[in-house]
Order: sequence, then structure tokens, then C-alpha cells
Amino acid sequence: MKLKIFFSIIFFLSLTPLHSNNNKTELLEIYKNLRCLVCQGQSIADSNSDFAATVKLVVQDQINTGKTKDEIYSFLISKYGEWIVYQPTFSKSNLLLWILPYFIFIAGGLIILMITRKSKNNKTN
Amino acid sequence: MKISILKIIIFSLIIFALFVFWRGLKINNNYDTKSLIGSKISNFRLIEINNIDQYISEQDLKKNKYTLINFFASWCAPCRAEHKYLLNLSNENKKIKIIGINFKDKKVNAINFLKDLGNPYDFVGRDADGKISVLFGAYGIPESILVNNQLTIIKKIIGPIDQTQYNEVLKLMQ
Amino acid sequence: MLSNIGTSLVVLVLILSFLIIYTATLDLNTTSQLVKKSIYKLSLFQTTFTILIFLSLIIGFINSDFSLINVYENSHTTKPFFYKVAGTWGNHEGSLLLWINILVIFSYLFLLFNSTHDKKYRLYTLIVQNILILGFLFFLLLNSNPFNSIYPIPIEGLGLNPILQDPALAIHPPLLYVGFVGCSIYFSAAISSLLSGYGGKLFARSIKTWVKVSWCFQTLGIIVGSVWAYYELGWGGFWFWDPVENASLLPWFAITALMHSLIVLEKRNTLYSWVIILCLTTFILSVTGTFLVRSGILNSVHTFASDPSRGIYILSFLSLMIFSALIIFFIKYKKETYNFNLKSREIFILANNWFMVFFLVTVLIGMLYPIFLDVLTNVKISVGPPFFNIIIIPLVVPFMFLMAIGPKIGWIKSQNKIFYKVSFLILIAILINLFIFYFFGKYSFLTNLIFIAAIFLILHSFLDIKKIITNKNKIELPRIISHLSFGLLVLFIGINHQFSIEEDFNLKVGEIKKTNNYEINFENIKIKESKNYKAVIGNFKLTNLKNNLVQYLEPEIRIYANPETLTYEAAIKTKISSDLYLTMSNVSRSDYYNIKFQNKPFMIWIWISALMIALGGFMQLILKKNED
Repeated sequence: MKLKIFFSIIFFLSLTPLHSNNNKTELLEIYKNLRCLVCQGQSIADSNSDFAATVKLVVQDQINTGKTKDEIYSFLISKYGEWIVYQPTFSKSNLLLWILPYFIFIAGGLIILMITRKSKNNKTN
Repeated sequence: MKISILKIIIFSLIIFALFVFWRGLKINNNYDTKSLIGSKISNFRLIEINNIDQYISEQDLKKNKYTLINFFASWCAPCRAEHKYLLNLSNENKKIKIIGINFKDKKVNAINFLKDLGNPYDFVGRDADGKISVLFGAYGIPESILVNNQLTIIKKIIGPIDQTQYNEVLKLMQ
Repeated sequence: MLSNIGTSLVVLVLILSFLIIYTATLDLNTTSQLVKKSIYKLSLFQTTFTILIFLSLIIGFINSDFSLINVYENSHTTKPFFYKVAGTWGNHEGSLLLWINILVIFSYLFLLFNSTHDKKYRLYTLIVQNILILGFLFFLLLNSNPFNSIYPIPIEGLGLNPILQDPALAIHPPLLYVGFVGCSIYFSAAISSLLSGYGGKLFARSIKTWVKVSWCFQTLGIIVGSVWAYYELGWGGFWFWDPVENASLLPWFAITALMHSLIVLEKRNTLYSWVIILCLTTFILSVTGTFLVRSGILNSVHTFASDPSRGIYILSFLSLMIFSALIIFFIKYKKETYNFNLKSREIFILANNWFMVFFLVTVLIGMLYPIFLDVLTNVKISVGPPFFNIIIIPLVVPFMFLMAIGPKIGWIKSQNKIFYKVSFLILIAILINLFIFYFFGKYSFLTNLIFIAAIFLILHSFLDIKKIITNKNKIELPRIISHLSFGLLVLFIGINHQFSIEEDFNLKVGEIKKTNNYEINFENIKIKESKNYKAVIGNFKLTNLKNNLVQYLEPEIRIYANPETLTYEAAIKTKISSDLYLTMSNVSRSDYYNIKFQNKPFMIWIWISALMIALGGFMQLILKKNED
């Protein structure tokens, strides 16, 4: 019964506005998702290099002309290759990457369920 | 030890993973954008360094059999080293047009640079803030891109042009 | 001369290791229940000489003995004493020597502290551990010898990277290695258990303390690494899902899972095979991580200088280890029957393992996928923070619910009335979350869930603490502290992430930048000459527009001479409520400076919670000792 109350409150919460009003702009989020190609493992947000400064300008321009995040990523990928974005694209070649962890998770859950079911059978036998 | 399917699968997976690791040791770890060869360059507008009313766009490149787009700057030491290859290309080859894009530089320094070393360019454009370099997928200088009359990238030279690269460019133009 | 002494000692330890393996193998078949005295003596000699080797290298660094290539490449006469010493293990060859030291010391200590356990089990553990030691000794001698000499002897060294001259980074490797390398001993013990047949509760008791010790130090090592990244690397972040960080996280997940499963093995004498698998996996992951990081196969900001020959050696060693462990496991594996009730603590501990394996596999896949893709299809992709965050964070929510409820459930079977108490606490957690939501700022649905789950865990832990105070029974206290701190850590990280303010802009000296909440005045620049660097120090006056509080921050750009490097030192002002973080870097060929400013709420509490997680572990070690 209490569990039902719990789930209905969660449902009610899900109706609250989904936007977040934090002070980080979308710009910074994009900067953090872009790799600095001339640095060793730094994002455009973190890097002090010339290349990072240039890309920041380009991203600002595109945001100002109304482009969306995904359009900016596609543009940069078409110029520099997939390596420049930190979040792997949802393409066929990356399918395994995104699916495999969840597959393992479900497999793990099933194993535990099987163990308890076997235990129940052992008890009744 | 009983041989079972599960054990065979586990062994195979591990052998496969170790094999990939071994091969992974041999591959080049430095990233370059050479995978972009074959793609088309995008629309651009390049303003002449001395005359803000004069400009070229991608349409002008369609008139050339081959165009070499070269990013350079007066403050870039390797750019001096590669300059003679650009001069050779412009002097001896009628099939290719060379476009120079002066990257994040002071106009006066760029003009002096060309006066000192010679001007191989059919057109010198200005990229004061670097944004044009991103349109061409360049990320450092010097960098040169060879395109054909269909605006397809057929070669990318990252870093200064050397003898080998120069020969490859000539070969591609045959 | 130091070169000859060092290398000779290494050969001596090599011979001793062979002798130990030989003597132990012979002793396996004797009828005596006691381990032969000579084996103890050999181990003691082995330990003593191994420590001597390490001390020799340290002396080499202290004396700036540049006849050793290793000292020449990594040190400098003007380096401060503390960092000369720390420079010993701050490079590949030196850290390998530290690795070997821990292998040897743990080998000896395990022999000593397990005198109440089965003789064959102890001998097999010693043998396997010494085979590992031999592997690393050969690697050291043939490929990465810190005692290789150079002639003519250079007058001055090449110096150590200035970013590495930091107290946190100096102690980071020793701490981490006790975790990383410490798990070798229960890898050996697991193989020994399979070979000798010594399993069950007694085996659990034998390795329990070692698992806990390695867990504590691994946790501490990771935290110290993050603290260093935050203070030194100048980006205001503390975790980047960088390959080197991930390499230290992989064993951590396995050790945590193992630590929990050992409870079940000891209490109920079940899950033996799974515990063995975890023991074997942990050290395998450590060596895999070492391979990925030192072979140059991955691109990272933290990497040691890479060298493909190292990669081949480590890969061969890793392959041998994996195949031997796998074959021995398959040969000796005995099927177990399980007797688990769904509503029992055993299942909740299994659930912990389930989530730990999931997190582990996610990080592993994220690290390895780009390598596989590149080798098989020649396409290079990046797998960075967004991937890990998207997959892992949502599942931390149910994980924390399980963390809170699990310890309440009884062994074997539990009562139903527990669930009513649980629902009530969930309600309170939701209310507290709504309070934060409406008074401090709106955030996403997922963040709501994270806060609710974290608060739920925290509330449960506080109730547990109250119960301890009334019952005066301290046994559960360490576990409660660690679980509580985990909830606090997630809560503070969530708040920090949601409510931190970040600004990135360019400014010239004398200019002022106004943002929504702050006015930043770039007042002036001054130059300071220091012992081994020149600093350009910016003076910034920061005014909080909401409460008119004024602070001064002085970030630096440091120019080092040996080797010639540029570093950016962040100006960090730490308060109870938040950190102010400012970095300044010059924009090339211009008068502008690029300024990154951040206000990060509750940073100090993130470190405190993380340290408390480790504290819980240490507490349990000390409390158990008092009981015995």
C-alpha cells in the first residue's frame, strides 16, 4: 500500500517542469563535449590552446544563428571526424557500445532471479 | 575439466581481446583528420587581405582543375620552411591555383612576410579570428588542403609541406 | 657504483624468489604441519633486500646521482628535498620498483599472519605470489631498470615536470599501489585455495583483512588523485573519466564487490566460486589497467611517457596470468547449490555485486571500445564523460535505495514490517527534496531522483547511528559511516553540479567583467621570480553582486626552466559553503587573458564525504583488531 503511495508521488513529481534553472549555459555544455584536437585529453572548455579559442568562437556564432546542439556537433564531426565529440554518436557502429552495458545489467538481474528461483525449488524438494 | 560451450566462448572472447590489444599497440595513436579526405568543402567567403571589397567563394574554386588552400601566418616558423614548395607549385604548374589564407595574423606582418619570401598565391585571404580554418577542418598551421573542381578534398597536408608531400601532390594532379 | 649495487641487489632478490618457490614446492609434500623455518628466513631476506633496493634508488635521487639514467631524466639539483624523494616513484621505472616492493612485503606479511591456516594453502599462495614477483623482476631487469647507468655522467638532470611537484601527487602513487598491488596477494591466495582445496569460511577469514586494507588504500589513493587534479590541473573538475582514472576505478569496483561477498562467504559459507572469480578478476584488472596506461595504447592527459616495448611485455605477462587463472579455475571448479531467499541480506549483497559489476563493465567497455573500433574498422571515436554519466548516474538511484535497505534485512529471511518503515522514510526524503527544489532552484527529473535517493540513504544512516547510541553496540558503525558518506558524497556532488556557476571570457588588464552574479575586476599583473620558476600573477577583485562581499584572487601563470614548461595555477578560495575558482591564461599574440571563473558550492564537503568513506573502512580494521 505504502509502495503505491510512493510510486504515485514519483509520478506526480514527473509532471513538474523538466527544465533546469542552473547557471551553466548550454554553451559550456557544448564546450565540455568537444575535444581539443591539439591537446592531450582536454576538452575545449578546459583547454587554453589556440584551437580551443577558435572553436569556441565558431560555436558561439552558430548558437547565435539559432543552431541546435546536435547541428553544431554534426557540423564539427563533418569537418574533424567523430573523434572531436566526447559523447559517442548513436550510430550503427556505436550500437554495441551503448547497448552492451544494459545488456549485462539485465543479464545480472536475471542470474540473481534464477538463483532465488532455484533456491525455492531446492527448498520445496 | 569438462569442455562446455560457455568455456569455449569465454576462452575465445579473451583470446580475441588480447589479440586486439596486441594489434592496438601497433596503430598510430596520433589523431589526424585524414579520414575527411573524400568529403566536400563547405561554402565559404574569403575576403582579400588588401581589399575588403574583393572576395572569393567556393564557386570560384570550381573553375580550377585543382586548388591548394594553404593556411599560413608570419609568426609561424614551419610556414617559412614550406614556402619554397608553394613557390615551385605556383611557378611550374598551370593546372593548380594556390589560395593562401592568412591565419590570426596582422595584415602588415603578412604582407611583409610575402614580400620577403615571395608570393606564391593567386589569392590571399584573411582569417583574422580563425573561424574560416574551422570551415575547412584545419586545426593547426601550417595546413594545406588540395581540392579538385568538384570541391572534393583529395589530400590533406597537416604540418609543413616537405619533399614527399610535394611529390604526392604532383602525382595526384596527373 | 650505485648502479652496480642496485642491479646486483635486484638479481639477488630474483635468486631469492626462485629459492623461495623451490623450497616451498618441496615443503608442500612433507608431512609436517608447519612451514619450514628456512622459508621464513628466505622471505625475510627477500623483503629486506627489496626494501634496500628501493632505498638505494631514493638515495640516488636525494644525492642527485646522475650516473643513473633514471635520476638524470627525472630529477634536478634545485628540486626541493621532498620532491626529490617523491620523484623516485613518480616515473615508470621507479614506480615499478615500488610495485615490486609491495608484492614482496605483502607476500611476507601474508605468510606471517596466516600461521593459523592450512599449510598447503599458505605455501601455494607464497609460490604463486613469487611467480608474480619474478614476472615483475624480469620486466624491471630487462626493460625498465631504474639502475641503468649513463656515461659520461651529466652535471645536471632534466628535472621533473612541475605539475608533478605537489604534495597530493607525491603520496598518490604509494597509496594507490597498496590498493592496486595489494590485491595481488588475494589473487595468489585464490589460486592457492583452488589448488589446495582450502576454501569456505576459513578462506574468507584468511583474506578478509587484506581485502579491506587494499580497499581502504585504493579509495584513499583515488581521492587524493582527484584532490590533486582539482587543485593542480586548473580546470575546476575532479573527475574526467580519463583512462588513467578509469584504470584505478576498475579494481575499486571489484574490491568493493569482493568485500561485500566475503561477508556472505564467512557468514553462510556460500558464494565461494564467485568470491574466487572476484579475487582473480581484481588483480587482472590492475594489470590490465597498467597495460592500458603505460603502453601508449590510450591517449590521456595523465599518461607516463609511453613505450611500445613495455606494452608487449605487460601484455604477455597479462595473457599468461589470465590463462593460468582461467584454466586452474575451470579444472578445480565445483558446482555449488544456492539457498537464497529473495528477501534476505544475502540477496541484497548480491545486488551490490550486481551493480558493481555493471558499473565496472560500463567503465571497461567505455575504455576499450575505441581501441577495438580503431583496430577493427580504422575509425577513431572518443568515449568521454557524457557516455559514462548517462549510463551510470541513473542507476546510482536504485543502488542507493538498496544500500540503505540492505543492511536492515535479516540473514536468510526477513520480516515484512521493515518495508513500512522504509516507505515512511522515502516520503520524508521526497519532502526534503521538494523543499530544496522549490526554494533553491529547479532541476531535472533525474536530479530529483538522485537527491531523493541520497537523502533516503542519509536518513537511514542517521537512524542507524541513533540505534547504535542507544544500544551501545559499535559493530555496525564503520559500515554506517561509509554508507552515510556515500550518500553525502552523491548529494554534495549533485548540488555542486546543479548549482555551480561557470564563466569563461577574455579580459585585458584593467578591464571589468560583469556577469549575473559577480563583478570581476582585472586590476593588475605582477611578476615574481621564484626558485625554479617565474610567475605572472594576476590580481582580481571579485565582488558578489548579491551580498556585496569582496574577495581577492591571484591566479598565476608559471614559467619553469627545467624542463621548459608553462603551468596555470588556479586561485582557489575555499569556504564552508563553496569554493571560488579562478584561472588565467594568456591568449597568444594578444593583450588579452582568457579567464575562467567558477563558484562551486560545497566542494570541501565533497572531499570530506569521500574521505569519510575511506575512514569507515579504516575504522573497521581498527575495531576488528581490538576484538581479536
